[in-house]
Amino acid sequence: MTAYIIRRLLQLPITVLGVTLLVFAMLQLLSPVERSALYIKDIPHTEGAIDAVIRRYGLDDPFLVQYGNWLFGRVDGVTGETVGGVLRGDLGWSRTGNSKVIELLQRRLPATIELALWAAGPIVLIGIWLGVKAAVNHNKPIDQGARVFAIVGYSFPTFVFGLLVLLIFYARLEWFPPDRLSDWAQRVVQSSDFVRYTQLNTIDGLLNGRFDILLDALRHMVLPIVTLSYLSWALLLKITRSSMLESLRQDYVTTARAKGLRERDVINRHARRNALLPVATIGGLTVVALLNGVVITETIFDYPGIGSAIAKAAGSLDVLTVLGFVLFNATLLIVANLIVDVMYALLDPRVRLG
Amino acid sequence: MATGTVPAGSRPGSIDVEGLTLREPRRLERLLGPELARIIYGLFSNRLSIAGMIIVLGFILVALAAPVLAPPLKGRDPTVIPRDGFGPEPKPPGTVWRSSPPPVPGWYTTLTGQDQWVHILGTTAGQFDIWYGVIWGARTALFVGVVIVGITVIIGVIVGSVASYFGGWIDDVLMRITEIFMAFPFLLAALTLASILVPAFGRGIWPAMIALIVFGWMQYARLVRSDILSVKERDYVMAARVIGARDSRILGRHILPNAIFPTLVLASLDIGSIVLSFAALSFLGVGTEVGYADWGQIVSFARNWILTLDKQWWIVVYPGLTLILFGLGWNLIGDALRDILDPKLRGARG
Repeated sequence: MTAYIIRRLLQLPITVLGVTLLVFAMLQLLSPVERSALYIKDIPHTEGAIDAVIRRYGLDDPFLVQYGNWLFGRVDGVTGETVGGVLRGDLGWSRTGNSKVIELLQRRLPATIELALWAAGPIVLIGIWLGVKAAVNHNKPIDQGARVFAIVGYSFPTFVFGLLVLLIFYARLEWFPPDRLSDWAQRVVQSSDFVRYTQLNTIDGLLNGRFDILLDALRHMVLPIVTLSYLSWALLLKITRSSMLESLRQDYVTTARAKGLRERDVINRHARRNALLPVATIGGLTVVALLNGVVITETIFDYPGIGSAIAKAAGSLDVLTVLGFVLFNATLLIVANLIVDVMYALLDPRVRLG
Repeated sequence: MATGTVPAGSRPGSIDVEGLTLREPRRLERLLGPELARIIYGLFSNRLSIAGMIIVLGFILVALAAPVLAPPLKGRDPTVIPRDGFGPEPKPPGTVWRSSPPPVPGWYTTLTGQDQWVHILGTTAGQFDIWYGVIWGARTALFVGVVIVGITVIIGVIVGSVASYFGGWIDDVLMRITEIFMAFPFLLAALTLASILVPAFGRGIWPAMIALIVFGWMQYARLVRSDILSVKERDYVMAARVIGARDSRILGRHILPNAIFPTLVLASLDIGSIVLSFAALSFLGVGTEVGYADWGQIVSFARNWILTLDKQWWIVVYPGLTLILFGLGWNLIGDALRDILDPKLRGARG
């Protein structure tokens, strides 16, 4: 068990190194002028300025030298300061965010974390519940309905689903507004007597005793949560259903039934527990779905998180911002996958001992 | 489906099935071999997959008949949606085409008795005709889907077969590289690469297509690799090795045809989801240029009309439904096929 975890941990730096190499290789597809945004805001538009910048920051150095500079930063020949360096947290200048990429990331991250936290509950609980229901009622109308629901779910492009939801609940019914907070709530949150403990509006609202803020924040998140969930349910439902079907065919379920246990106990205590193990392995996939999903969801609902920042940057070809965010997301995904694998090994003795 | 690849069951060497098949093989079975015949019987005995095949066939027919269904303007690039002026406000379905209309199709005059061409599905902001975009978008979708899936499968087959056949450090290196590509969330990685490629290629279908290919081959490489690992030790491969066949011959003639059949079938059905990803990239603004006959591109016009979307619903609903239907068609077939090919469920039905 320990050996397994250690082996996985040792693989981690190799994968991360590979990821940075790939990101840097994509970066090299840009012209040196565009890459200069790694170190400076903009280039003065005078004769010879471009060449000076390229020389000053070594943007025509050999690949590996530039890669090293990009990773660890580089001493600026003129000012003597160290500039850049992904490992120092410097991802360059974001044209669309009009700040450093890392600052944009820090500014936008809380909103996305808040959305993901609130979406995770409905996604996991309802997705698994639907999958178990479908499997227990195998080939009955509930099962057929769930299958159609799932197939329609993964045939539904996120942006179309989001726009249709918006059409109905925002434009037509005016129930749920886009953005993160209403104007009045925004003013309250920014006022001096509202303490921002976590930057998460719902939790801060609770901690400050302002339930109106909590409700307003939730109201703004309902549509993004529904959009993110619907598309993840399809995947979860499918995996849970097939895993549960498999589990229901096992001998220990027959044994449990033969002992005269109530069907509910057979399903809840014997079949479902074992069926959920493989479901845990798609934890990584769910994170991927969320990371991909927030890009489109946040864009449609004008929700100021990292997803809408990426979409905006990509739409106006602000590559440094996109690459910085993608590097962050890829690292997040690697860590998530590691956690899922380790958890799985802890949960399932067959992996641990085998 | 071509009859070129002869599936595993019919090859000498896999005697396991022979003893059990006592019945007279049906005609289709004799013609295509038991594996392919089983898939085709399976697909036609399932109502959902029949619906899927009808939908997909419908899209292929629409794509073929595009010049009849939505005649292009003479002497113009047919992939660019013709515009009716430049007004910002989307016009509702049924509005008469005012400035420089394309020729009225004969079927429309016959059906309605009118000789004035209308915007059947309305127009988007900027007066691009949605009907034209939906019809010609079918060509774009099928082209994009087939090309991307084709190339990703080829890359996957090469990487997967080299890795599994040679094993050792080659396998290790190739699989680590595969993992690194998989460490990125797919859509995000494609979005990134596409936004890098746009300045080089200009807006069009290629940046998004290349991006989807670069980050799309990994699952096929893994599938092919594991399939080959299971075939590699079979007796007939040993036999080929004993008689001194070269590596390339063993791989190309004996292992690949037997190992990649399921992968090829499943991959062909990824056309649906690939087209949806392509549409998402177009929607986000790193795909085709404005006015290109591409479904995601048409939907992206709606981004500026969110406040009044209930009044201009047609700018989302028609291209959106088209996308859903396209994805649904492929997924319905795919779902049935996965059941048919799943060895655990084999024999569970018919």
